[in-house]
Amino acid sequence: MDVLALTQKFPQTQNCAGQDMTTFAVNSAELADIVKYLRDEQGFDLLADLCGMDWKDRTPNLGVVIHLLNTKNREYVRLHAACVDDSVPTVSAIHPGANWHEREAYDMFGIKFIGHPDPRRILMWDAYPYHPLRKDFPLAGIEVPFPAADVAAVTGQTVEPAPMMGGPFVSSGGHMSGAEPQALDQSWNEEKPKS
Amino acid sequence: MKTTKEISLGDIAARSEELRGENMTLNMGPSHPATHGVLRLSLELDGDKVIKCDPVIGYLHRGDEKIAENMTYNQFVPYTDRLDYLAPLANNVAYAIAVEKLAGLKMPERCEAIRVACCEMARISSHLLGLGVYAMDTGAWTVFMYTFNEREKLYTLFEELTGARFTTSYTRIGGLTRDLPEGWLQRVETFCDGVLKTIDEVDRLLTRNGIFLERTEGVAPISKELALAYGLTGPNLRASGVAFDLRKDKPYSGYEKYDFDIPVGTKGDCFDRYLVRMEEVRQSVRILRQVIKTMPGGAWYAEDAKKIFLPPKAKTMTKMEELIQNFMLVTEGPQIPAGEVYFEAENPKGSLGFYIVSNGGGVPYRLRIHGPSFVSLSILPAIVPGNFLTDIASILGSLDFVMGECDR
Repeated sequence: MDVLALTQKFPQTQNCAGQDMTTFAVNSAELADIVKYLRDEQGFDLLADLCGMDWKDRTPNLGVVIHLLNTKNREYVRLHAACVDDSVPTVSAIHPGANWHEREAYDMFGIKFIGHPDPRRILMWDAYPYHPLRKDFPLAGIEVPFPAADVAAVTGQTVEPAPMMGGPFVSSGGHMSGAEPQALDQSWNEEKPKS
Repeated sequence: MKTTKEISLGDIAARSEELRGENMTLNMGPSHPATHGVLRLSLELDGDKVIKCDPVIGYLHRGDEKIAENMTYNQFVPYTDRLDYLAPLANNVAYAIAVEKLAGLKMPERCEAIRVACCEMARISSHLLGLGVYAMDTGAWTVFMYTFNEREKLYTLFEELTGARFTTSYTRIGGLTRDLPEGWLQRVETFCDGVLKTIDEVDRLLTRNGIFLERTEGVAPISKELALAYGLTGPNLRASGVAFDLRKDKPYSGYEKYDFDIPVGTKGDCFDRYLVRMEEVRQSVRILRQVIKTMPGGAWYAEDAKKIFLPPKAKTMTKMEELIQNFMLVTEGPQIPAGEVYFEAENPKGSLGFYIVSNGGGVPYRLRIHGPSFVSLSILPAIVPGNFLTDIASILGSLDFVMGECDR
């Protein structure tokens, strides 16, 4: 691809020297223009992937990563765009396939896509209050009301956090005692006194 | 005295607006045999004609990407089985190659060849199921029986190779769980002869079958431009006339060594998608035969990747260094350097992509799964309206999606 032409046309674009493909950090206000330019002028005709990202120690922490593919030159390019006020412009007018990917990024990270034609959740249900792939969301989940209100009114059912004990997950932080590997949550362990 | 009135179609046509009833909203799924899993289509119908289609997905969402951020790289291999659960071996291979690419590992030739064999067998297995249920959706029950018969033989081979029929979990980062069993390649060769006969049989049953043609030819054509705009990949993209196949265009795992053709459609209708899959099975058999003939010897895992792949069991039990290596790998996971990688593999349903961001250590910082079925379904609102309700079964069958991968 013509890196120079892109950085000259969009001077705020930085070449990040990606390991596996050409990678750019782009100004999110220009994102849609750059994607359109890459499609029309440089032949990146297929949107390989669009996903949200939570860089917990950067400000702003939310961002979007786009992978474009040139089906003729068989070349990929990666674009990083950081959100401004948790939002980025939509690219679904340029690649209609981005519509669902952006809905997923909104659902999972709470990234708003300015100008998106159908900004609904896609994987979680519409009334779900959180964005689960954010780094501050716990793995087990948070208790929320049951999606079907009429069922919940009769049964009192809620959506509960998943049980984590004895699971395969890597425990991060916290104090581990005893010689055997053990789960962080020991409330299930009958040998230990209940606190 | 009796009065008669002639019924004139012209009159009815002139009054069509006045005679038109209101549109009906029909809910198809999430438990409907033609939706192949838990897909729900919210349809707006004008009589028999679909005027709006809104797919509702997420019924099988398990949060695989969140789970991946909380476990070591090898622990996630079993979760990849459950993405496209009709071709688990191909998912295992795609995931392993993605992580190895991030680690900068080069696999030995034997490992690559075994992985190619796995991918192609997974492709045959997925297409056999795809063709069988597609035929069943359009009213041909027998084809399903024939293809399932072959698929059973394939699963027996998988069982012998991996120890499991469905959830194979065969790859590890930097290699495989075990080498090929004795005499397995000959049994694959025998299977190859059988599956070609079955595919010919299916060909005779379906390809010139009046009912099947009526239900698929010219139904829901996807133009080249539309397919690219929606980011379709795999057989669905090739049926629309775009000759793009990652095995040829971005060869991985040694695919460049094998000789095979890429079937491409012309119109991109349901019938073309059927033809492309039929031909892909034949080409996969062609690749498999070459793999069997040229299977290299030597190591089947990256021996020098001491911080990534487990040492052989016998050495672990007898040598101090290997015992420490084993202990570190099991407790802390394979050590992958910091960086980011996007790798797509040509899976039976399309390009399965993994975008992995690592901050170093044994746990990924972010693991994004790009499932081809998600993309194949996102095109439904564009191609379903204008077709009849009964065509939906053909369209869904021809797109060959799987919800495990769509909802993740």
